[in-house]
Amino acid sequence: MLVYWIMAIASGPDAYNTIRSFFGSVIGKLLLLGWSYALFYHLCNGIRHLFWDIGMGFEMRTVYISGWAVVVASLVLTLSAWLIGYAMADNV
Amino acid sequence: MSLRSPLSQVQGLGSAKEGVNHWWWQRVTALALVPLTVWLVICVARLTGADHAEVAAWMRSPLNSALLILFVSVGLYHTQLGMQVVWEDYVQSEWFKFATIIGTKFIATLLAVIAFISILRIALGS
Repeated sequence: MLVYWIMAIASGPDAYNTIRSFFGSVIGKLLLLGWSYALFYHLCNGIRHLFWDIGMGFEMRTVYISGWAVVVASLVLTLSAWLIGYAMADNV
Repeated sequence: MSLRSPLSQVQGLGSAKEGVNHWWWQRVTALALVPLTVWLVICVARLTGADHAEVAAWMRSPLNSALLILFVSVGLYHTQLGMQVVWEDYVQSEWFKFATIIGTKFIATLLAVIAFISILRIALGS
């Protein structure tokens, strides 16, 4: 999807406007919403795994706390990204 | 009953001599992708609703095109490494496992080349 976006930019305004109107539609926005949460979840849980790799956070209590922290952090990050997006869209 | 000795049977079936290479690069790319992802998400969110000229201007900046090329290469390599683990763990038939792993490598490489050409075309202006 990212590569398609980059390719559309290189192909010129027509191709770019096609992809822009698709992601501006309801279905496009829903796809982006799900994808952005999945990306942030993967990012946060990946950091959690990196801590496990260096041997930190293996106590059961910590595992549960970090697990829920990942869910909450990815929700907050998704919300923040979309707030930035909507703030920018209002300026256009 | 095989005529091959037990020693002969196990020889050549040991280590693939790759060691922890795959595991290690999955971690290194993960670490590199943390700042790269934060950067890209902020940039893309700020480009919401931007027209073609604005996005192209953003991509033309040397820092942006450099970081975007880095994100695409490191990201696709990370994806390929991760998908390989999924195929290895969940695909039962050996030939299909081979096909999916090679297929993932082909697709990742194709996407990377398309992205590089597109980014460079904008960055070098044509």
